[in-house]
Amino acid sequence: MSSEIQGLVLHPSPGNKVFRDRVKELSGEKVELCFQCGACSSGCPMTQEMDYLPSKVIRMVQLGLEEALESKTIWVCTSCFNCEVRCPRGIDIANVMEALRQLVLRKKYDRVVLNELTDEQIKELPQVAIISSLRKLTA
Amino acid sequence: MKIAYYPGCTLKTTAKEFDISTKASTKALGIDLVELPRWNCCGTVHALAKDDVMHHLAPLRNLLRVEEMKQEGLVDEKRVVALCAMCYNTLKRSNQAFNADPDKAGKVRESMDNEANVYSGQVEVEHLLETLRTQGWDKVQARVTKPLKGLKVAPYYGCLLLRPRGIGIDNADNPTIMEDLLHALGADVIDFSYKQKCCGSYHTVYMKEVVADLSNRILTQAQAAGADIVATACPLCEYNLGNRQTEVVKKYPHFNSIPIVYFTQLMALAFGLSEDETALGMNKPDPRPILKEKGPI
Amino acid sequence: MSDSNHMVTIYMMGKKQRVPADLTIMKAMEYAGHQFRRGAGCRGGFCGACATVYRKKGSYKLQGALACQKIVEDGMIIAQIPFSPQEKVTYKINDLKAEANTFLEYYPEIARCLACNTCTKACPQDIMVMDYVQAALRGDITQAAKLSFDCLGCGLCAMRCPAEIVPYNIGQLARRLESKYIEGPTEHVLKRCQEVKEGKFDADIEEMKKMDKATLSKKYNTREMKIK
Repeated sequence: MSSEIQGLVLHPSPGNKVFRDRVKELSGEKVELCFQCGACSSGCPMTQEMDYLPSKVIRMVQLGLEEALESKTIWVCTSCFNCEVRCPRGIDIANVMEALRQLVLRKKYDRVVLNELTDEQIKELPQVAIISSLRKLTA
Repeated sequence: MKIAYYPGCTLKTTAKEFDISTKASTKALGIDLVELPRWNCCGTVHALAKDDVMHHLAPLRNLLRVEEMKQEGLVDEKRVVALCAMCYNTLKRSNQAFNADPDKAGKVRESMDNEANVYSGQVEVEHLLETLRTQGWDKVQARVTKPLKGLKVAPYYGCLLLRPRGIGIDNADNPTIMEDLLHALGADVIDFSYKQKCCGSYHTVYMKEVVADLSNRILTQAQAAGADIVATACPLCEYNLGNRQTEVVKKYPHFNSIPIVYFTQLMALAFGLSEDETALGMNKPDPRPILKEKGPI
Repeated sequence: MSDSNHMVTIYMMGKKQRVPADLTIMKAMEYAGHQFRRGAGCRGGFCGACATVYRKKGSYKLQGALACQKIVEDGMIIAQIPFSPQEKVTYKINDLKAEANTFLEYYPEIARCLACNTCTKACPQDIMVMDYVQAALRGDITQAAKLSFDCLGCGLCAMRCPAEIVPYNIGQLARRLESKYIEGPTEHVLKRCQEVKEGKFDADIEEMKKMDKATLSKKYNTREMKIK
């Protein structure tokens, strides 16, 4: 975990509610139930690559902060559902991560570039790896 | 018993040993796996966005094919067995989403309007481990001719076989299904705490150092618990824990290699099947030296 | 609606026209005064130049057709797609391997296929396009070659694909790999080439070179037509 995380300064605006509602709609998750216990973050295998912990991202969604869309966290999540299994309130955090990814991808944003893969890589990578990474990370 | 079998793209290409050993070991048990005569890639990951219809077409089209197989008498029931954990998860979840939401089901049917038949939602998706559990471990044990005694096997589940709740084939925190299989095969089962930790999944393509970190953690834990070999049920896990050991060694020079095999390969081995049928030469790193040393070969 | 002169109403790129009912789209457009500079080729349903999309009044369905083959229908709303952009990948057939990941190497975007079947719906040749792309994705080259056999490269599938794949390139690669590496060289052609090299036909050719036109004609017309 990076030690450079600063506190977030909140600028409440009407747009916050729209963003939060859109994430709830797309994910189908009741993010308001989260009471920040951190169980999801403790079980997450990818936290050392993230800028915000999963529980923090949920908090940002609760507050309607669109900065969540600019985090590295949402792209690092592997959808392993460890968080879903642990959440005491039944929230599927991985679902929320996917909703955030979709909001960015649907604006024609590609997180990875297909052309960067070398021939050697494509030759030996299993089909499932290439297909799933393109599904998760490209528009 | 004839059951529909969905292999998935990877079992036909880079994970052929999984396909070969599955067909051989299930045949030895009297399970006739009938591969879908016409199938498409399942999409590998479930479409999580609630408004998504398009990404459900791929898995559901395969389930429609299973219904057609039943209609044509190619299989005994509307059931399909998947081996790849990701295919299992994707097919099962799309099926659930289809059955839970009549609106979505209607949209899916409309989008598949040029199919000759309409999917009813009645196909059951299961993983081979579930099929074996239903049949009874005693049947597996009865077929064993060369028990894997002396071989310390650590079962590695990964994520998508056990999660999310409602889809997993066993308890997500403390699964025992693969252990039960390995006991039936006569192996010494090594339990370790990282058996359901994520291997890094698709990050092996663009962020392989992360996979190296996760694999290192998982495998050193398995070794610390005394494992000779790790058994898995997902070709992506097998790649991340196996082939990617070359990346692990780059970052952690003191890492000791440990072979990874598919559980069906261990089944084929314990059933005394031929070298071609266990297909052990296709795994990386090569499991044959340790298997020779510990006895099964 | 058609009248006693057997005419129908069609809309060419939005412009309403009355055309004879039994013409192909291509002929109907020329009847109306349209001159083809692009989008016309063999006029025989083989080259794929005349890819056309159309809807019929009263239906939301978008259909694909070849203008030189499809007969006009009343209420057709037509647009031509004379060119479909594609990433033309260069490969040396002699350096390729007939195996699964070859397709992914040159066209990695096939991993994005959603199995939505839009390509199959767009195809004017009734080809199972989704099935051959899927066959290529899992390395079944023979199936991909077989299913894509009637493909003309008209480009309608590529224009509709949501994953931005160009299916006809996949089919072409499959057919090339199939014929070169899987089916192998045609034995009877190689045999005949060998016979030619050995001079088996040299004497006959020398004789025919000396013949006059009348004799040659007679020889040709009375030749033995035996199909082995």
